[in-house]
Amino acid sequence: MSLFLIVALPFLGALLPGVMNPAGRSATAGVTFTITLAAFVGLLTNLPAVLNGEVVTNGINWMPVLGLNVTLMLDGLGFFFALLILGIGLLIIAYARQYLSRDDNMGEFFTYLLLFQGAMVGIVLSDNILLLLVFWELTSLSSFLLIGYWKHLPEGRQGARMALTVTGMGGLAMIGGMLILGQIAGSYDLSDILQNRDLIQASPLYVPALILILLGCFTKSAQFPFHFWLPHAMAAPTPVSAYLHSATMVKAGIFLMARLWPVLSGTPEWVMIVTTAGLITMVLGAVIALFKHDLKSLLAFSTVSHLGLITMLLGTGTSFGAMAAVFHILNHATFKAALFMSAGIVDHEAHTRDIRRLGGLRHLMPITFAIASLAALSMAGIPLLNGFLSKEMMLEEAHHTVLFGSHWLVPVMATVGSLFSAAYCFRFIGHTFLGPVRDDYPHTPHDPGAGMWLPPAILVTLVVLIGVAPFVAEPFVKLVTASLLGSAGEVPDAHIKIWHGLVPALYMSIVAVAGGLLMMLVFAPLSRLWESTPRPEAKVIFEAIINGAVRAARVVMHSLHNGSFTRYAMIAVVTVLAAGYHAWITGAVGVPTREMQAPGAVAIAGWAMLVAATLGIVFFHRNRLLALILMGIVGLMVSIAFVFFSAPDLAMTQFTVEAVTIILLLLALNFLPNRTPVESTTLRRFRDATVAIAGGLGSAALAWHYLLRDAVATPISEFHLANSYKGGGGTNVVNVILVDFRGFDTFGEIIVLSIAALLIYALTETLLDGPVRRRLLNRTPDQPQSGTRHPMMMVVLTRVIMPVVMMVGFYIFLRGHNEPGGGFIAGLIVSIGVVMQYMASGFSWTAARLKYPYHGVIGAGVLVAGFTGMGSWFLEKPFLTSDFTYVRIPPFEKFELATAALFDLGVFLAVVGAVMLSLESFSRLARRADMPDSDHPMDIDPSREKPSPDLRTPEPEAH
Amino acid sequence: MEVLVASAIGVLTAAGIYLVLRLRTFPVILGMSLLTYAVNVFLFASGRLTIGAPPILRDGVTTYTDPLPQALVLTAIVISFGMTAVVVMIGLGAFLGSDDDHVDDQPQGADAEQQS
Repeated sequence: MSLFLIVALPFLGALLPGVMNPAGRSATAGVTFTITLAAFVGLLTNLPAVLNGEVVTNGINWMPVLGLNVTLMLDGLGFFFALLILGIGLLIIAYARQYLSRDDNMGEFFTYLLLFQGAMVGIVLSDNILLLLVFWELTSLSSFLLIGYWKHLPEGRQGARMALTVTGMGGLAMIGGMLILGQIAGSYDLSDILQNRDLIQASPLYVPALILILLGCFTKSAQFPFHFWLPHAMAAPTPVSAYLHSATMVKAGIFLMARLWPVLSGTPEWVMIVTTAGLITMVLGAVIALFKHDLKSLLAFSTVSHLGLITMLLGTGTSFGAMAAVFHILNHATFKAALFMSAGIVDHEAHTRDIRRLGGLRHLMPITFAIASLAALSMAGIPLLNGFLSKEMMLEEAHHTVLFGSHWLVPVMATVGSLFSAAYCFRFIGHTFLGPVRDDYPHTPHDPGAGMWLPPAILVTLVVLIGVAPFVAEPFVKLVTASLLGSAGEVPDAHIKIWHGLVPALYMSIVAVAGGLLMMLVFAPLSRLWESTPRPEAKVIFEAIINGAVRAARVVMHSLHNGSFTRYAMIAVVTVLAAGYHAWITGAVGVPTREMQAPGAVAIAGWAMLVAATLGIVFFHRNRLLALILMGIVGLMVSIAFVFFSAPDLAMTQFTVEAVTIILLLLALNFLPNRTPVESTTLRRFRDATVAIAGGLGSAALAWHYLLRDAVATPISEFHLANSYKGGGGTNVVNVILVDFRGFDTFGEIIVLSIAALLIYALTETLLDGPVRRRLLNRTPDQPQSGTRHPMMMVVLTRVIMPVVMMVGFYIFLRGHNEPGGGFIAGLIVSIGVVMQYMASGFSWTAARLKYPYHGVIGAGVLVAGFTGMGSWFLEKPFLTSDFTYVRIPPFEKFELATAALFDLGVFLAVVGAVMLSLESFSRLARRADMPDSDHPMDIDPSREKPSPDLRTPEPEAH
Repeated sequence: MEVLVASAIGVLTAAGIYLVLRLRTFPVILGMSLLTYAVNVFLFASGRLTIGAPPILRDGVTTYTDPLPQALVLTAIVISFGMTAVVVMIGLGAFLGSDDDHVDDQPQGADAEQQS
């Protein structure tokens, strides 16, 4: 099966459990199992190639410019990890089906699990390290979801957050390290990087890259000092703990160290950092594990300890160490997953995981006892079980390792770690299963159904099989080791055997087991001593650091972002002014190339009105209605300026937009206070005025300077002027630019306009649903209302004028391609026509006569424009390629048909819909506020026999 | 002529900035509208000022004003309407929700005072 499919299957399959949820728990688990099985089988189809020592690759270029390609690679190492991920995944899914209760949403659980599985498989099969980073982050995110799966538990949420913080930060560091590595090697493909050992180790950037990558690995694999998150992640459901925190996710860091072993290992820095971290983690984890009373915590710290062991083995940098690491990864995955599942069974059956409340379970749960004991004894390093073999190899390797110039440091520490390891394994068995049967279990336990004990039993079978017959696993281990070592080392000749003779490792092992047994004898006093010893609590430290960071961020943020819009506006203006001033004093200005044009009397008069109105707004802005009227004058003057300076399209647009804007602001002013009170001090107003005048002078100076100079390069407008008629079929160049040359821009702009309108609609809906609705209903208008809200003359006039407005709109639209006009302007004109009906005849009267909702009009507009653009695809032209032709239908004159007109129709519809939806939303607020609208268009209508009662004193309860 | 346009842009900008720095929503909206005028005219003027030569192709006419800034400003005008409407809606919503049309967050005490 293609590697793409193996990686993609879990991701695609993640869609299914949620869908299958209503079909029942077994169906949900079944579909998840099937997907994983398919990926598993797909992986096995590649087994022959891997056994032949081939490297299977699949790749497509994704972003070659960035060096980011989707290239996948399957060699022995990748196969090994993928086998663990998918194989143990299958068992976990079967186990989880039984473990999760009816209250748990199984579809959600399996969706997360599959996402996680896909991300893990992606990590181990990635050839491109940037792709690997993507999957790496995905495991952090999906494990966050899994750890926090029981959202109601605060421990779950805290544990998930802690895991995400720690592994996420590590991931960030690793991104940096990987980028450096790729820069050194000149490629982001592992297959290239792994060939460049000497180049990379000679680079001055080797040490930073190493440290950053190791930060990522150590956080993920819970190495000291980042070991603390793993035990807290135990708040997750047990299948998650068994899967993520024993077999897979925490192995991701180990995997990466193994993957990059050929290029990174062997240097003094590598040996020192990795071996030391591994050694400390191993001993520390083992010691803490011994004194944990929660079964899962004990196992969590034992996992930390064993991960330390593997890290240490990788850190020694010898081929034998690498082989021991590979073998221990395999063994640890089997016995630890089995142990977690057993702990889950005990928890599930006895309703507690507290060792102090357990004991004597061997009589009540013999099957579980057998499984758990075999797995735990393997972990303790008892012969004939697989843990013994790899532990022997580890001790053998430790015996030869020199750290900090000392020959005895590593062997002694390794023995101490093994001793504590044996002790907590014995405690796990002894305090849970041995001893007398108690009568105070929270729930009387018994063995669960086969569905729950079978998965760990399968794993334990492997534990025993490898332990008794190590030659079964040896070829595979050597194959994986060979692919781990690459060209950097030879696979050692040593065979994996139960009996090596009387070697130092055996004595160390005997010391460890004997010491472990001894420790059990004196456990009670030891435990008391441990409890009374003060020691740092990782969670407290972690939270103190997080809180400190939050406080620091808050100080920085609140000083910059304090909720004062005025302050932001001031900062923005001053910054722009400073940047402009800087550009002005450092740049050079060319000589004027254009003649100044003499202004006529009309221009001066228009300018004077504009300036007077603008200043009027500033001085009278406290009287809001007056300011609004002055605003209208400004808009009008700007429109006239456009006409004057040869821009008829702009003038028409500005003029119509001005009308709707004023209506809009009037609608808003209906609610807002009519006066702005004096609040700011004179000093403040003086300061604002200074900044404003500086800004005005700056923009005036800028405009003045460039108005007198020609553009430095020939504007592309020449092209537009030359091709407008030949290529676009229209003589109105502005319109041809809008609908043809830059049609894509226009398409984007009508979408923006539509989104703005929909946003207004959504805000209105929210307002009307919330407490504002009550306020609006109880609101009393703050100024006298007109007696006749729908004056007869206005109603009659708007009705009469409506067809005329429509006609004008239609005309403006049609002629747009050749004369001033077009979709934008026509849309605005038609909108004004409709708005007049609302204003004259009332909201409900008009609304009742509307056939199409405005959302629909907006959508239709965007779709018409979009489909017009797509039409060119059928002729294998790019999006929005236009075409036109001239037709003649007697008796009319010859006229033009252009696809651009269809596009313009889309623009027209979108503008009408957007403008109307905005204004309608505003008036809906008003409608709720005041009394219900009259059904009749006119309050006073001579044609009705009985005039309606005076609306100033309505009697709504009269009927 | 250039003096008039440049000074008009300056006056519109200055008035816009001053009003944007006010404390209530309505003047701020007015200020932003004035700034919109200023920016639109400014962009339009980047095609330089030409009188009596609209970009409508005619036989025998060779001089036209620059059409491109016009096309860009045309959509800018329509979109600025959309944006003004959104801002007005936000301002209105804030006022209706709290009976307060300040643009800045008010201290809790002042808020409670107004509520009572």
